[in-house]
Order: sequence, then structure tokens, then C-alpha cells
Amino acid sequence: MMDSKIPAGELADKWKNYKDSSNLINPANRKKLDIIVVGTGLAGASCAATLAEQGYNVKSFCFQDSARRAHSVAAQGGVNAAKNYKNDGDSVFRMFHDTIKGGDFRSREANVYRLAECSLALIDQAVAQGVPFAREYGGYLNNRSFGGVQVSRTFYARGQTGQQLMVGAYQALMRQVSAGKVQTYTRHEMLDLVLVDGKARGIIARNLETGEIERHAANAVVLATGGYGKVYYLSTLAMGCNTSAIWRAHKKGAFMSGVSWIQFHPTCLPQIGETQSKLTLMSESLRNDGRIWVPKKAGDERVPNDIPEEERDYYLERRYPTFGNLSPRDISSRAAKERIDAGCGVGPMKNAVCLDFSKAIKEQGRDKIEEKYGNLFRMYDKINGVDAYKEPMLISPAAHFTMGGLWVDYNLMTTIPGLFALGEANFSDHGANRLGANSLLQSCVDGYFIAPYTIPNYLSGELKAEKITTEHPAFKEAEDAVQAQIIRFLNVDGHLSADYFHKALGKLLYDKCGLSRTKKSLEAAVIEIKALKKSFDHELKIPGDDQLNSELEKAGRVADFLELGVLMCYDALQREESCGAHFREEYQTTEGEALRNDEDFCYVSAWEWKGEEVQQELHKEPLVFEAVKLTVRSYK
Amino acid sequence: MKLYLKVWRQENRTSGGSMIDYEVDGISEHMSFLEMLDLLNERLILKGERVIEFDHDCREGICGACGMMINGRAHGPLTGTTTCQLHMRSFKDGDTVYIEPFRAAAFPILRDLKTDRSSFDHIIQAGGYISASTGQAPESNSILIAHDTAEAAFDAAACIGCGACVATCKNSSAALFTSAKISHLVLLPQGKTESADRVIKMISQMDAEGFGHCTNTEACEVECPQEISSLHIGRMNYEYNKALILRK
Repeated sequence: MMDSKIPAGELADKWKNYKDSSNLINPANRKKLDIIVVGTGLAGASCAATLAEQGYNVKSFCFQDSARRAHSVAAQGGVNAAKNYKNDGDSVFRMFHDTIKGGDFRSREANVYRLAECSLALIDQAVAQGVPFAREYGGYLNNRSFGGVQVSRTFYARGQTGQQLMVGAYQALMRQVSAGKVQTYTRHEMLDLVLVDGKARGIIARNLETGEIERHAANAVVLATGGYGKVYYLSTLAMGCNTSAIWRAHKKGAFMSGVSWIQFHPTCLPQIGETQSKLTLMSESLRNDGRIWVPKKAGDERVPNDIPEEERDYYLERRYPTFGNLSPRDISSRAAKERIDAGCGVGPMKNAVCLDFSKAIKEQGRDKIEEKYGNLFRMYDKINGVDAYKEPMLISPAAHFTMGGLWVDYNLMTTIPGLFALGEANFSDHGANRLGANSLLQSCVDGYFIAPYTIPNYLSGELKAEKITTEHPAFKEAEDAVQAQIIRFLNVDGHLSADYFHKALGKLLYDKCGLSRTKKSLEAAVIEIKALKKSFDHELKIPGDDQLNSELEKAGRVADFLELGVLMCYDALQREESCGAHFREEYQTTEGEALRNDEDFCYVSAWEWKGEEVQQELHKEPLVFEAVKLTVRSYK
Repeated sequence: MKLYLKVWRQENRTSGGSMIDYEVDGISEHMSFLEMLDLLNERLILKGERVIEFDHDCREGICGACGMMINGRAHGPLTGTTTCQLHMRSFKDGDTVYIEPFRAAAFPILRDLKTDRSSFDHIIQAGGYISASTGQAPESNSILIAHDTAEAAFDAAACIGCGACVATCKNSSAALFTSAKISHLVLLPQGKTESADRVIKMISQMDAEGFGHCTNTEACEVECPQEISSLHIGRMNYEYNKALILRK
């Protein structure tokens, strides 16, 4: 049984109780403690900066050439907070409830409540750092609405909210670098976790410029390495996003949870060719003013502007009149897939739906729409060469966010003592489906406000622990294993690129473990992925040596994706229900909605690595709901 | 379409490099420029040759990782566009395309088209922040910021740190990058307190990194993918002079 270490007390008091009773470390002792933070996105940069401000010695790692480039930078729409500045009925409890419901009742009450509670301070923090959120003419902060909620609680900085929050966190990190409290290791990739006496005590990292393998010791290790949606190859993620840090930690004993809970974002640019590397996301905020439709008639060959109003099917408004175009992501994506599969898709590959701004432009004027979404319309034009002020955007669902990740308890600590997972790398707050604008929030809250309490609470017990140096045999062992893998990759000398395998895996997962799954498709996927892995082991080609070599970097990441892909399928197989983003075709209502089974599946999966040839062992964390009632999640 | 590429290949920081010819056919106009390079790299792998190394990550124009000189222009022929957002419809069948790294003394080449832009991090470390530690923030609506002020600060804060401004400048100046940060922070009430100290430190760090001086040709503004205005350089100079005069 998994112990989530939820503090005692009423839901609204739990975090306060935790903070009131957690162990502290006096300032003089903090400088004796070293912390490694891997990843410099919002969770990693904010955690590293905040711990350094408190006085700990922090080493910060990222594979990019600068901390500022982590993929949090690409989040567009906004960040939620229950400030209730619009006086439209918002509150911490309401936000908690929306998030729990949005996650289809598959997340932990106490974690989600804490997320909503800390959202208030996050906006204050970001403003103090100079994040230029949108303002009303009187100078007060502005808000907009996002999918799955009926209040306006989303703070935004045009369509670049992630970038602006990222700039704030990056600058806070750079400030600590100049204060001498953070050492940054850019162009470094973590390749293994080092355990001593069962505790996380360091990492093995590869310097991506020189190829040197380095050992780094610490009193605690934080993984803030983002999600693994790039397992699908075509996704909204950056090319370098990967699962390697969390996967290698998993193989060292950290449990993985909710692995098959992957969000497909409904408003992305569709695939148009085989050489495509990326499905660019168009912010969900567009759904505030854009209306989604397809032709009523299957196989309609007319261009969208030629299809008259009465022959258009605004299927979200039709199926979900209450939430309409702002229905949550899982529901919107599935509804799009349903129409596309029915032959009503538009665009050259008939794989898209229309996102239409003509009504909004007529009502509000082009200037207003341009001010709200100008950069998104420009981006659309750049990629497609189409002016979306004049004709509808063509959009399609794409792999986007992973609700699953490393299992963590209330402290955000994994099953390995001293190993913490923050942001998208953990599984904790979004259940089976994440609401829009909760991702920036979670990564920031984990990094600024939660880990800086829970990590010291853990470290207080480590003050008297034996000082470990990188001379410890555990470091040599881990380094040797990393070296051996690199040599193996370079020596295969096959005839297929790492990308070839990555694309094949992605296609397979889209078809068999994507927006919808069946027992049959998942079982087939397991066999096919294992075969692909075999072929990878024998047919991979990496030209060049072990110095700067992007193909070598890719090989390590693809190897981990191949193993992760199998676990995704097993996770989807064991969950014989539909919930949130996990839609098993066998379990649906007559109207085609997800059919949850609270009797048997009201738990979070937690998988334990058992070795290369053996299937992981499934553990369960039962979910207990005291503050909310389990209901059928309806947006009708 | 088919293109004739001339690509800068260089082994490491200290070695020399040269332009190498490649012919690439089967290019679709829908491909991005980086996808065209992916295609070439895929073919090089199958031939057992080292791939052309280039930095890239988000491929949606916001992370600032990509950047190369394409026919002598930073990020290629379009304005307001990063290399990853440039598509092959901007080229014609049979074109010859020169591809080089961003060149500047402060951006050493690591391999092929990859450069080391950590000098930008050093400029930010010198003072490109507001000193607000976690926990110190007042209630956010207690700091009123006029709509237009927030928008103006945003325009400056939109910089993605790609280095196109430096690469295109005949003096390899980082004035646009540095001034954008100074403007972003000085426009906001939260950032005013530290402004004098900040501008002096950031400019002296910019010089220490080996960036050249700005001679106001405004070429940087032309190539900036975020279309950041060179007027920020004017504001930086104003803030700098003000800081020097008022310095205690």
C-alpha cells in the first residue's frame, strides 16, 4: 500500500498544519547542504532559485544551452489563480473542485487543494518579478476563461504566458548564480541517479559538448524534467523533451504512476506530411472567441469559407451546450476525433476541424482579436501561409501533456528517499486530465512554494548523515553503466537512425495507445514495441564519436521511450474503465461518453521496476474523497 | 524541389571550418527549414557520415535555441521569423543556400552551426532581474500598472535570447538584447528601484563578454524575430547616462 503522507486535519488546514509542524534547518546549517536540481523549466528554475535564496548550495542542470530555453517557455494561454478579481464566484474551494472534477476524480484531494491555495501567492510572486501580465485600463490585472470552468481565473501575458513566467524564474535563477548560490550546468544531460544506502545521493551527467561523463554528489536530488509526451514523436513538445531522467530514476526504484494518462490537446496544427517533426499548439485561449465546426456532410470537398452556415456542425456547442467551445481538453479532443473518424474532417489530409473567428471579428472588431491573439495568428500564418483573420484555422488534436509521471507523496518525494519530482515530471495534481492553465500553475507552485518546505523537512534528517563524495563506489558503478551504454550505441553500426525508431514508436502509440484504446490494440502494441526495441538494439546507426553528437543523445532518449511505451500500454490495459484522457472503447456510455468505474478503479497506479525482462509490479494508492462527491463528469 | 546547400562544417571550438556542398532533393514546400536539414541529416546517417549539428528545440519560435545565417541573413529571408518557423515555400527549386552559424567573438562555435551563447546568461546574471525573493511579494493588485505600460514592458520582455541581433550587427553588439531587458524592467514600477545599478552592471558585463559597441545602424531590429524595437537602445543609453550622472 502506498503511503501518501497526507497531513491530518480539515482539507483547508492540511498545508498550514504541515508548514506549522515541518522541520526547519537553521541558516548556518543550510550552507552545509547540497541539492541537485535537474531541469530548468518553471518547476526546476523556481525550485533552484528559491532553495538558493534560503541558503542551500544548488547545482542546476539542463540539456539546453541556456536555462531560459526549457519548454515551459512555450506555454501560451495562461496561469490559473483563485484570486476572484472578476468577482464571478471564484474561490480556492471552487478551483479545487474544478480541478478534481476536470481530472475525472483520479487525483488526490489534499494535493489539489494545496495547488489552488498556493495559486494566490504565485500571481503575487510573478508580478513582483516583473512578469507583464495583461492589465485593464485602470491598471488592475486582467483575466480570461479557460476550458472546463465557468469563471475567469486565468492570468495571461498575451499568448506567451509561459515565456514570461519562464523569464521571471530564469532571472531569479540567474540572480542566485551571481550570488554564488547556484552553479549552472547547461548542455548537461542526467544519465543516471546514484543511490547510497537506498537514498538519492547524486547523479551521473554527460557534458553534451565534450562528451565527458561527470559525477555530482548531493544531499537530495530534484527532478523537474518535464513530461514525456514526446514519446509520440509528433507532439506539441520541444524536440529535446524526453523521459530519460525520470525513467532512469524509475529503473533505480522510483515508482511511475498514471503512465497512460496523456492529454491530447484539441487545438494543434494538423499533420500535413511525413517529414513533419512537430505539431504546433495553438493556445486553448483561442477557444474563448473561436468556434469549432466541421461540415455536416461527410466528405465535403468545399473550402470552409464556401460552406454556408446551415451546413456547418458546431459539434461542441451541439453536444455540450453548457460549456460549448470551452469544454475540457479530453472531451474536445475526443469529439474532434469522432467527427474526423466519421469522415467530416477538413484539410488536405481530412484530419482537421475548423476554428472559426468570423463571428468574434464581426462582434468585437479585428483590432480586439488581434490584441488578444495577434502572435498566434501570426504564427499560424508563418507555418501555413494562411491568414486566419479571413478563413478558419485548421486544427487537430495532438499529444501534449503527461498527467502521469513519477509517483510522489504529499512532500513531492518519490519512493526513493531524497529524490523529489516536481512539475510535469510527477503525477500528482491533474488526475486523468489536466485543465488548461493549471500546468504553469503546478510547476510554479511545486517549485516556489512546496518543495522549498518539503525538501528542508527531509534534509533536517540528513544533517548528521555521512558525507558522501563522488569517490563512493556507487558513483563508479553508475558511471560504468552509463559508459557501457554509450559504447554499445556507438558499436551497433546498423542501418537505421534513432529518429526512424522514434517515429515508428510514435505512430504505433498514436494508433494503439492514443486518444482511444482497446484491450486488443494495447496488447498488439506491447508486442510491436518489444519487437521495435529488439530491432533498435541491433539496427541502430550512430555516426561519429562520443563527443558532441546529437545522434548519440537521441539514441539514449529513444531507448528509454521504447521501454516507457510498453509501460504506457500495460498501464492502459490494467485500467478497465474510461476516465479523463484515458478512453477505453470497451467502457463508454451509449452516447459515447467516458464510463468511469469508481468501484474498482478509484486508485492511482504505481509501477515498480522489476528488471529488463520482467513486467513491472503494480501497486495501488487508493483515492479517498471526503470533500467532494464522486459524480459523473458532465459538461452538457 | 532540389536545393544546393553550402554548409559550414567545423569540428570543435578550436579547429577551423569550411563550407561543404550538399545537394538535397525531394524537399516539400511545407517543410520547415529545420525539417529540410533533418532530411539531409537522415541521409547522411544512412551513408555513415556525421550529421550537421545545429541547435533547435521548441520549433515554434519561442525558445530561442535555433538560429543560423541563411544566405547571409540571421534566421533567413523573412522578417519576424526564427529559423524553425521559416518554411521551404520561401525558396525556389534549384536555389543555392548558404548556411552558417551565428558569428561573433562572444559566441564561440562548438561544432558546425552550434554556438555557445552563454555570454547572454552572463549579462542577465549581472543584473537582469528584479531582486524579489520568493515570499516577499505584496498582493499583486496593490501594484497598479497602466495597460499601455504593461504592454510596452511586454514588447521588450518578448526577447527570446536567440542572438540574431548580435549575428547581424557589423560590430557584433549585444545592445538590442541588453537594452530589451533594461527596458522591460525599468518600465515597470517593481523594477525601478534597482534601475541605475542594473544598467551600469549589465553594460559593463556586455563589454566584458567581448560584444562590440552599438553604432546605431539598427540592423538588429530588422532581423529580430520578435521585432524588438531599437528604440530600447536609446532608452538604455538614456538610463546609462542618467545613472552615471546621478551616481553617488
